[in-house]
Amino acid sequence: MRPFEFTRAESAADAMRLAGDGATIIAGGTNLLDLMKLEVMAPQALVDINRLDLGDIDEAEGGGLRIGALVRNSDLAADRRVRDAYPMLAEALLAGASGQLRNKATTGGNLLQRTRCYYYYDTAMPCNKREPGSGCQAIGGITRLHALFGASEHCIATHPSDMAVALRALDARVEIQSQDGVTRMLPLGDFYRLPGDTPHIETVLVPGDLITAVLLPAPAGARQTYRKVRDRASYAFALVSVAGVLDVEDGRIVRPALAFGGVGHMPWRNPEVEALLEGEAPSVDLFAEAAARLVAEAEPQGGNAFKIPLLRRTLQAVLRELTEA
Amino acid sequence: MRTDLTVNGQSRTIEADPRTTLLDALRHHLKLTGTKKGCDHGQCGACTVIAGGRRINSCLSLACMHDGDEVVTIEGLGTPETLSALQEAFVRHDGFQCGFCTPGQICSATAMLEELQAGWPSHVTADVASAPALTVEEVSERMSGNLCRCSAYPNIVDAIMEIAGRGRA
Repeated sequence: MRPFEFTRAESAADAMRLAGDGATIIAGGTNLLDLMKLEVMAPQALVDINRLDLGDIDEAEGGGLRIGALVRNSDLAADRRVRDAYPMLAEALLAGASGQLRNKATTGGNLLQRTRCYYYYDTAMPCNKREPGSGCQAIGGITRLHALFGASEHCIATHPSDMAVALRALDARVEIQSQDGVTRMLPLGDFYRLPGDTPHIETVLVPGDLITAVLLPAPAGARQTYRKVRDRASYAFALVSVAGVLDVEDGRIVRPALAFGGVGHMPWRNPEVEALLEGEAPSVDLFAEAAARLVAEAEPQGGNAFKIPLLRRTLQAVLRELTEA
Repeated sequence: MRTDLTVNGQSRTIEADPRTTLLDALRHHLKLTGTKKGCDHGQCGACTVIAGGRRINSCLSLACMHDGDEVVTIEGLGTPETLSALQEAFVRHDGFQCGFCTPGQICSATAMLEELQAGWPSHVTADVASAPALTVEEVSERMSGNLCRCSAYPNIVDAIMEIAGRGRA
């Protein structure tokens, strides 16, 4: 690990000022320290925000929840309100990492996890994410983990988070404070960026910004699930995952929201698939049509072509599960 | 950089580079070598300790981030003369072969049983809104962050199940 200056922030203003001057914010540290040991990341300075008052889950206006950025993944998954009203969020959190890691990992940090692309982790390889402009060895290489949607000729990495997939389906917004005192709220689709020709810039955050909370609106539907498919039964990243929420009224699907993990640079959503399901009676044919629509735009990279049928089948299974009486 | 910790009930102070992980602080600075370094990347669980009442991977945490915290290591759970209930159960059920992962397994299991008792759900809990049951599947899932290369898993689970059934670690 390269040497760095270490400062514990006493206030949010402190953290934002130091981050604005180039320090990297550390909270749980489970991903950042791993990357620092490998020298994939080598910050000159760290600012520790663990003692800031951002660790509460509060009821928000309109029946939602405001989750502080420092709420640990294990506390969020065990929260009674989350388990009752947003079960897919608890399921997504519990499908990720291990008990030890969830005790450390935070809500804000989970959103900012870096990809597990092997080429990003291997400092002997070029990688546009790690070293902008150096090239991408994943393209044409080993692509088992890589993206089906939204990739570019510069980067085909996927976002590794389970939590963020559930949050995208739940229409969560990220609360961000900036150094000039402005607070903004961004839906996940606007918070994350596609790789384009700047894959090293993964979100719209600028130095000096601080994620302070995640806001959940009142639960959209009672029927929710998170289904993750992976190489082993526990403690592995998703090959594909589907977060789904909907209701069935008078025999028809209403307000479906679906997000997909393991297939894009950000948790993926496709409004066309949701529109196709809205107001329709559940049927095997309808689910097959929705799944076909979802994968119609998939761009396989070779080694990840298996994800196309896997994603199609996982979505169909989720829709069957959610619409069963 | 100075860090004050309470380790196994005793006040300890270390002076170390900020890069020092909690794991290295325990092993090298405080000579508490019961906690093991396996992968050093949060994948194997050999370094599991209990910090602030929670099980964590001590390899993925900087010592300086734990200033003022209470840390419990395997040395704080029992001694060769007075084993903790879980330690004693691991011996009786032959819950190890080489023993390298065992301190991490026991620290992890000790805190895991408290999580179970607090009603935390897991990935295998059928309905996350309901209280989890004490089953082999629940224990295995909750211990998936602790690897055992000798594959003593069936006996590790037996040892934990016995103590969980008694209601205290």
